[in-house]
Amino acid sequence: MTTQLTPVLSAIWDQEKSWTLDTYTKNGGYNALKKALATPPTDLIQAVKDSGLRGRGGAGFPTGMKWGFLPPDDGKPRYLVVNADESEPGTCKDIPTMLANPHALIEGVAITSFAIGSNHAFIYLRGEVVHVYRRLLQAVREAYEAGHLGQNIHGKGYNLELTVHAGAGAYICGEETALLDSLEGRRGQPRLKPPFPAVEGLYARPTVVNNVESIASVPAIVDKGVEWFTSMGTERSKGMGFFSLSGHVNKPGQYEAPLGITLRELLEYAGGIRDGHELKFWTPGGSSTPIFTAEHLDTPLDYESVGAAGSMLGTRALQIFDETTCVVRAVMRWTEFYKHESCGKCTPCREGTYWLTLILKRLENGEGTMADIQQLLDTCDSILGRAFCALGDGATSSITSSIKLFREEYEAHVTGAGCPFDHAASALFPYATASTVEVSA
Amino acid sequence: MTATADKAAAAAVETVKATIDGIEVEVPKGTLIIRAAEQVGIDIPRFCDHPLLKPAGACRQCLVDVASPGPDGNLRAFPKPQPSCTMTVTEGMVVNTQHTSAEADRAQKGVLELLLINHPLDCPVCDKGGECPLQNQAQSHGRPESRFVDVKRVFEKPLALSSEILLDRERCVLCQRCTRFSKEIAGDAFIDLQNRGAMQQIGTFDEDVLDFDGYRPIGVASEDESGKAFSSYFSGNTVQICPVGALTSAAYRFRSRPFDLVSSPGISEHDSSGAAIRTDHRRGKILRRLADQDPVVNEEWITDKDRFAFTWQNLDDRITRPLVRRDGELVEVSWPDAIAAAAAGLRSALEAKRPKGIGVLPGGRVTFEDAYAYSKFARVVLGTNDIDARTRVASAEELAFLGNHVAGRGLGVTFADLEKAPAVLLVGFEPEEEGGIVFLRLNKRARSVFAVAPWLTRGNEKLGAQLIATRPGDEGVALQNLPADAVAALSQEGAVIIVGERAAGAAGALTAAVSLSQQTGAALAWIPRRAGERGAVEAGALPTLLPGGRDVTKAKARAAVAAAWGVEELPANAGRSAAEIIAAAAKGQLDALVVGGVTPSDLNADFVKALKKTPFVVSLEVRRTEVSEYADVVLPVAPPSEKSGTFLNWEGRLRSFPTAISTDAISDHRVLDILAREMGANLGTGTVREISAEISTLGADDSQRPAAPNVKATAASGDVVLASWHQLVDEGALQDGEPYLAGTGRTSVARISAGTAARLGVGGAVSIKGAYRTSIELPVVITEMADGVVWVPTKSPGSWVARDLGVEPGAAVTVKGATP
Repeated sequence: MTTQLTPVLSAIWDQEKSWTLDTYTKNGGYNALKKALATPPTDLIQAVKDSGLRGRGGAGFPTGMKWGFLPPDDGKPRYLVVNADESEPGTCKDIPTMLANPHALIEGVAITSFAIGSNHAFIYLRGEVVHVYRRLLQAVREAYEAGHLGQNIHGKGYNLELTVHAGAGAYICGEETALLDSLEGRRGQPRLKPPFPAVEGLYARPTVVNNVESIASVPAIVDKGVEWFTSMGTERSKGMGFFSLSGHVNKPGQYEAPLGITLRELLEYAGGIRDGHELKFWTPGGSSTPIFTAEHLDTPLDYESVGAAGSMLGTRALQIFDETTCVVRAVMRWTEFYKHESCGKCTPCREGTYWLTLILKRLENGEGTMADIQQLLDTCDSILGRAFCALGDGATSSITSSIKLFREEYEAHVTGAGCPFDHAASALFPYATASTVEVSA
Repeated sequence: MTATADKAAAAAVETVKATIDGIEVEVPKGTLIIRAAEQVGIDIPRFCDHPLLKPAGACRQCLVDVASPGPDGNLRAFPKPQPSCTMTVTEGMVVNTQHTSAEADRAQKGVLELLLINHPLDCPVCDKGGECPLQNQAQSHGRPESRFVDVKRVFEKPLALSSEILLDRERCVLCQRCTRFSKEIAGDAFIDLQNRGAMQQIGTFDEDVLDFDGYRPIGVASEDESGKAFSSYFSGNTVQICPVGALTSAAYRFRSRPFDLVSSPGISEHDSSGAAIRTDHRRGKILRRLADQDPVVNEEWITDKDRFAFTWQNLDDRITRPLVRRDGELVEVSWPDAIAAAAAGLRSALEAKRPKGIGVLPGGRVTFEDAYAYSKFARVVLGTNDIDARTRVASAEELAFLGNHVAGRGLGVTFADLEKAPAVLLVGFEPEEEGGIVFLRLNKRARSVFAVAPWLTRGNEKLGAQLIATRPGDEGVALQNLPADAVAALSQEGAVIIVGERAAGAAGALTAAVSLSQQTGAALAWIPRRAGERGAVEAGALPTLLPGGRDVTKAKARAAVAAAWGVEELPANAGRSAAEIIAAAAKGQLDALVVGGVTPSDLNADFVKALKKTPFVVSLEVRRTEVSEYADVVLPVAPPSEKSGTFLNWEGRLRSFPTAISTDAISDHRVLDILAREMGANLGTGTVREISAEISTLGADDSQRPAAPNVKATAASGDVVLASWHQLVDEGALQDGEPYLAGTGRTSVARISAGTAARLGVGGAVSIKGAYRTSIELPVVITEMADGVVWVPTKSPGSWVARDLGVEPGAAVTVKGATP
């Protein structure tokens, strides 16, 4: 039986002006908030714990448990910070959500803040997406005007300020402690842990940092109940989530489905691989996750199964590549991203991604050696588990996994003096081939 | 391995036991693995870690294997190597470093390889070569050959962070020690990381400096009002703690190799803190000075003045041979001739038919032993109490204060006490300007700080001080009317009142400080500026004090000292203060003057007049100064690096130092010993050892102290009064010949309140006039400060107060507009 899609956050995306408060309310929006404000906060936290909702930002940490880490209320401020710094190559779920259905996030923010006893929440948005920023600001304004935010919400005596902050466009600020530093106006670099944000987060106060999709899922859980949520997904990966398909598929986009769906099923919804081509490799969770091949078409896309298969569910960013794609070139592109985005704090990531990029460019240009392939693995080994934060680890995933799966292709770049692929063939748009990749720092 | 020593004193610390490389270690809870390893002699390589800075975990060089007991009590290994510089030891932890774990060793080698890919191979020309942690680490643990065959990232170099501090960015391993020091220790966050990834670099936010043109440092780097450049009095410390050769000082860059240098321990001669320094010299020439480690005093930091200002002692005007005036000209003579001439001159002054007296002005910069010799020489040989080291703002009230509260009190308030103090009141004292190390200690943690001052300096602002806006001269009144919150804060246990030497300029201020101390229970500390001040007080180089806090007017005190000195009696009358000696001499009322280490431009014009009018002047000096121009005999003495001795720091701590560079230069105390012998007296001050022995037998005598000061506080009069103090980096004589340091000094400005400026109708620039026809013209900075006050720096470029105004702080001055 094919797994059915379960549009929840995306349920109203196809409606007229789906992003407006009117549309959202017409579809039952802000009912959950009403219900939540009448529920004891501890019950709300318990409900989210019971739902098994796991962090949708990639790590999959149980959301309710994270809230439970906050120390007891001492009467001083505590904060909810929504991580909307979606920047990973391939990941495209939070931005469409905020664009098409911002009120789901805002309602989630209000419920979560109420549950954890916060009176000031922040949405830290990736700076480049100005259109999303405008839409969020507009939605927040609407919510304030409608009394879903601000003083004495719904007349229940609960106050909440919501600040939308646009970052300056740095991937590292998706790391929660770097995000907090950036939000405080500092240079965005990961903090030393402990103390963890739950103890000393924003402005050294207890803080919950959650992903957009996690928070936006909360209203539905409150509204439709824990059982409804746990009826979806697998035993330990409950509920629905976005699967963002991109690349060589006929109908790329966001598919909201229960966790545990397979790529084979998703490809059916997405109209299959580009006509006349076949799947070569794909990422299950964005560029930081080890790549899969056609062998993994039937791997259930839940945290456990993907982990067992040697990768990570991550942000469920499925980048699909067909046989026209040069894996070395794709990996080089990703690695360039990590080199560009490395914050520079720690040696392994800063220097390692720089070196990896240089080697990959040489390989792609046919100037590499067999020793370079080993050097890639050795350098990845010097980064993985040595870097300050997960960015360094993520940078190595595609390299080590691709060498494992496609070593002969790397070797062909050495023996055959250059990239054996026609780059124009893999492009989805008219493409002028550059003869070589520019090698520069 | 440095920790603040007083931390060890905390009783009953909870400890944890762990095993590192098979060696069991017990450390206080919260100790980092890297520190615990040091305790059992295991050195884990590191770059970003520094014991006095907060952990960063940035370089990842110190990765080790760690296992700790789980809830079930079984050891559980961490899946990946952990940074030992950020992880604390927990009970039962098992740590395996590179010595015992192949995984840790592999991790460290991997990090080292990465650190080196973008690091230039310029060790042969790098200042750090030979004392470089990265070089050492690469040689002991690195690969013999690099596998990196690609292009290294390069930057133009060097980048001038200031006129003194230069940065070679391509050498930088981005450990952030410099930025962390600047933020955490000095509070001068003028440098920070910029850009990211492999292009991340340290920089200032001064566009002029960032803009680079050719192979030389460019751009203005002096502090301006916007505070943009790396303008810190402590910037030199970043050079010392840089684990590679990225930060260098303009003064030392390319001058030497560390393995060619001889290192000698020393004590800084620049302020009363007595910071431990290391003097590095080669063939008798000082190449650089570094901070030495002394946990109880300066920890590992010194001011830029301590570090860079050493050229003064070997400038062209250094005197190496005695000079005697013959036919109006100073001519070089032999030592015996010079001593004979000096003795003859002093003898004839003593034996004059109607002797008018001889004054002794030893200055505030000589060592304890020198001050003692001057003190003894004045009493025993010259038979006078007319000796005063206080060639600065001073008062009779201060004499009583020093005698009653400071002299012979031994170790009083200490640096550790300052660090712990919950509240501090500053009176006539600017910690950052007048006692850099004091500032660093105070800056270590937040506390209530109150500053009785005309305005809140940046240094005091960094301390979070609350300003009690006071006109100079009104300090006594201000102390009597302290706000209630200040009094409450000072009533906490461990609170400290710090009075600076400038407090002497306000009538009743010291009296009020003493009674405030009694009222609140706060400890009282006197922190003078110059290195020799406390020693001079203890040695009795003051007109009313004999060594050990003995009142010269008390017969018992005189008898005790006379017995120790082997003389029958000592002069009984209280002597004259430095100002009185100078005033008398200027009127021709003295027969002779013995002057040591006094710079005329630090005093008003009376001093030169005094030198001119006094028939016989003996000068003991390192350099030829204006005093020499009027001296009859000039006896060269050794600068601090060429002598041994002791500075007594403000705490009352003996800070002894050996001779760094052996020359034939001799100390003041020995010169005076020889001179005394020529005059028929055995002073017994030939060696430091003799003097120390004599001082320790003399000891202090609490029963012979002068009475406590009792002066009524009065307010300063005058429409606009002068406020002034020395800035740490200025045009003091001990900073001569060091242009790079001078470039880091602050721009001279006059400060005036908005109200006063409006009332006087001035702005842009002002011309200030005191007692002389000359004036000081400076740009004006409108400052939130006491009304009716104009502040200028005491001896900064374009602002030499004593020479050009001839008045002291608290005096009325006239302020007029000037063209900027």
